Amino acid sequence: MKIGYFPGCSLGGTAKEFDISLRAVMKALGVELVEIDDWSCCGASSAHASSHLLAVSLPARNLLLAGQQGLTEIVAPCAACYSRLVIAQHEVANDAGLKAKVERAIESPLPAGEIRILNVVQLFERIGPEKLQAAKRVDLAGLSIAAYYGCLLVRPHEITGFDDVEQPVIMDAILAATGARLVDWNFKTECCGGAHSISHKPIVTKLSKKILDDARQSGANVVAVACPMCHSNLDMRQVELRKEGGHQDLPVLYLTELLGLALGLGRKELGLDLHFVRLPEQAQTAPQENRA
Amino acid sequence: MKIGVYICYCGENIGRTVDCAAVAKACAELPGVVDSVDYKYMCSDPGQNIIKNAIREKGLQGVVVASCSPHMHEKTFRRACSDSGLNPFLCEIANLREHCSWVHEDVPAATRKAIDLVRMAVEKVKRNGELEPIRVPVTKRALVVGGGIAGIQAALDVANAGFEVVLVEKEPSIGGHMSQLSETFPTLDCSQCILTPRMVEVYQHPRIKLLSYSEVEKVEGFIGNFKVTIRRKARSVIEERCTGCGLCVQKCPTKKAPSEFEQGLAKRPAIYVPFPQAVPNKPVIDRNVCTHFRTGKCGICKKVCGRDAIDFEQQDQFVTEDIGAIIVATGYQLYSISKKPDDSAIKGYGEYGYGKYPDVIDGLQFERIASASGPSSGEIRRPSDQKEPKKVVFIQCVGSRDEAKGFTYCSKICCMYTAKHAMLYKHKVHDGEAYVFYMDIRAGGKMYEEFVRRAIEEDGVKYIRGRVSRIYPSGGKYIVKGEDTLAGEPIEIDADMVVLATAMIAQPNAQKLAQVLGVPYDGYGFYQEVHPKLRPVEVSTAGIFLAGACQSPKDIPEAVAMASAAASKALVLFGSDQLEREPTVAKVNEATCIGCFYCQKVCAYNAIEVKEIRDRKGNLVKTVASVNPGLCQGCGTCNATCPSKSIELLGYTDEQIFAEITALG
Repeated sequence: MKIGYFPGCSLGGTAKEFDISLRAVMKALGVELVEIDDWSCCGASSAHASSHLLAVSLPARNLLLAGQQGLTEIVAPCAACYSRLVIAQHEVANDAGLKAKVERAIESPLPAGEIRILNVVQLFERIGPEKLQAAKRVDLAGLSIAAYYGCLLVRPHEITGFDDVEQPVIMDAILAATGARLVDWNFKTECCGGAHSISHKPIVTKLSKKILDDARQSGANVVAVACPMCHSNLDMRQVELRKEGGHQDLPVLYLTELLGLALGLGRKELGLDLHFVRLPEQAQTAPQENRA
Repeated sequence: MKIGVYICYCGENIGRTVDCAAVAKACAELPGVVDSVDYKYMCSDPGQNIIKNAIREKGLQGVVVASCSPHMHEKTFRRACSDSGLNPFLCEIANLREHCSWVHEDVPAATRKAIDLVRMAVEKVKRNGELEPIRVPVTKRALVVGGGIAGIQAALDVANAGFEVVLVEKEPSIGGHMSQLSETFPTLDCSQCILTPRMVEVYQHPRIKLLSYSEVEKVEGFIGNFKVTIRRKARSVIEERCTGCGLCVQKCPTKKAPSEFEQGLAKRPAIYVPFPQAVPNKPVIDRNVCTHFRTGKCGICKKVCGRDAIDFEQQDQFVTEDIGAIIVATGYQLYSISKKPDDSAIKGYGEYGYGKYPDVIDGLQFERIASASGPSSGEIRRPSDQKEPKKVVFIQCVGSRDEAKGFTYCSKICCMYTAKHAMLYKHKVHDGEAYVFYMDIRAGGKMYEEFVRRAIEEDGVKYIRGRVSRIYPSGGKYIVKGEDTLAGEPIEIDADMVVLATAMIAQPNAQKLAQVLGVPYDGYGFYQEVHPKLRPVEVSTAGIFLAGACQSPKDIPEAVAMASAAASKALVLFGSDQLEREPTVAKVNEATCIGCFYCQKVCAYNAIEVKEIRDRKGNLVKTVASVNPGLCQGCGTCNATCPSKSIELLGYTDEQIFAEITALG
């Protein structure tokens, strides 16, 4: 199995461990990741706040490259990259006038066939839970996971086609393969504050606290995410929360890191040492205190 | 031929865009035209007199009126012709308004088109034949489908006028949703108190035949002459023997089935009467739950019944009734947001957690909680722990007015019943707080706005304009997160219970029944009336009338008014012994018909029958198609389909149509 890979900027920076763990897990599962040669920025929040044409043209250029390099499926682990890519693809497909403008901007006609764009959750769905089950080496019986989807993965529903915008379960289904318990909680798709992390830090700290508190109250000892922004907010803001006092650390791991642990990969191999809040050693296999 | 042409200005409607005088002048030159007149209002009395006098004085053999759409005034002008002794079907309409003046701006071009339209009509009318109305007998007996308040009202009105009624109800008891309600807006009178006497009246009425736990299976025939097959579902209880003593219900050991009447808030036995005031007060066995039907054991009900009324072997039975008019009053359902059917566009409201959180309930469940006959005897208790909720949030427009997740339409009654719910809650829990999230308040109706004001001003219900984005449980409470759009602030309320005013939707089997009855329905599954303003209770299939929420969301006063209107339409039908129908129906040329019956396959009204032609000795010569003029709607589909050109539509024969087309050239 060969899948095109669009890492985006986060996976080389704040979300380095997402990149490390994704590559490690794919290697363990025998999936070849082919990084799109000469990929550029997806535009993320700044492009679509300033120019619609730019916001569509930047992802379109990357899709064009993927097509030229013979890739029919690509994975975009960052939720913002994923969102920009699928939305651009959707808009171009449904607006011939826009398509013409974009083609002028990127100085090339867009390929006719659609490239299938996957986020990490959809990638594991594509690989299949049977394959994960078969490759499993370690049972993560010690973990109670709150699967956190955030806002960008699931929306807009018409385009992403996620199972349910408000109560999604497909990440839970994938994580169930690790042998961990998945908790039913309230804030699966609640806003983490996103890019306000830079401009309005207190708001993000407050929103992140609410999400973490609800996860803990629902019985989780770890939160699973599939978005670099969600991860940095939920993980990094705990530093401030510690200062406020009364806070109890709750490790936040990428979906790929949790699956990597189940596949028997080492903590370093998965970048687990790069988090602010570390998953305690042996936490994953320790028997749970109360499995109510 | 002597043809008269009459051009109407329709005030300014036609006259503004079409030079009517010029049209009249040009048309006077057409071959066969002996009279060509323009007039301000042709439909007025003096206008009609111009036509009438011309027919008498000039001996006209055909009339063309160039005016508005034939839907509007064809009848008027045909009557005028017939008053002067001209067969009404020798009058044709050229539509200069909807087809010309209203859709064009350029006066010379519109005038040229108007002349073309008149020329076509003149060529057609030259080939019109005299037609006589079709007369069919009427069976003076009505079928009412659905035994809610609309069906009950319609049945009583028809029966009290002296005609027989067959009332079919699919549930074990009549009463419908109204029997579940606690009190009704805007007077707060008890729903059961005003409904149950009507239910008893239906049951005791000598002219009403009540078939409960039954469904319409098949409808054949046509207006005045329907043959309706009704499935009487196996009740497992012989109605004639049962006295309704209730011993079987008491003794039934299976008591765990969720009660439909209590909206799942209470349990009922396997053999049950939906509610104590049910009509008929005869139990029914739920075969999916009953131990006897599941394992072959038990049979306690049969043992205790002193009348030997339990019949485990009972099968569905079919009865056929001769019916003249059908009133459809099948009502509505509440949109259950917890279950989204796979085949629908409903996206659901996962963020409200209905069906997941026990204390997030819908409007009908609140009715049961507030009802004196409900699971908590009218005391307000929340389902999860039976505690009295001190803070209740009501959310309006859940599924209504929401294109993204529900339906585009307004369910119309929720503003009123939410005000009522909040009011009833405040009347019963004096120290409680009631919040209502609304988009805007639609309280049009007699004493309706006053009612809502009373909830706000006298009972202190707090109205918040805005939508709720999420409900989640926290420490025994439900956090309702929303926006107060007047204050421009997010708001969070820690409620003990949340009531969702979910949309009123069409019955799940509405489309299937519509196909059985031959009733058109809209994209939502609501039944479609012929004209939204002027013919609101009729459907395009003659002899079938609509009442209540099966047509669109309605409150009780509207449903009752509509039921009486539908009943009066049925009574109009029963007022004469014979029915006159338009003679513009299809006719088969038996000499050329090859008996392929393609026409039968395409006919939407089942109007094509098989006719055998025999010689004098009785030997079969051939089978041909034959049109039942009582059923034929004159759509012309058979005419277009017939490969041997053996079907003509009277009044629209091929010769007439070709003459019109040729006139254009």
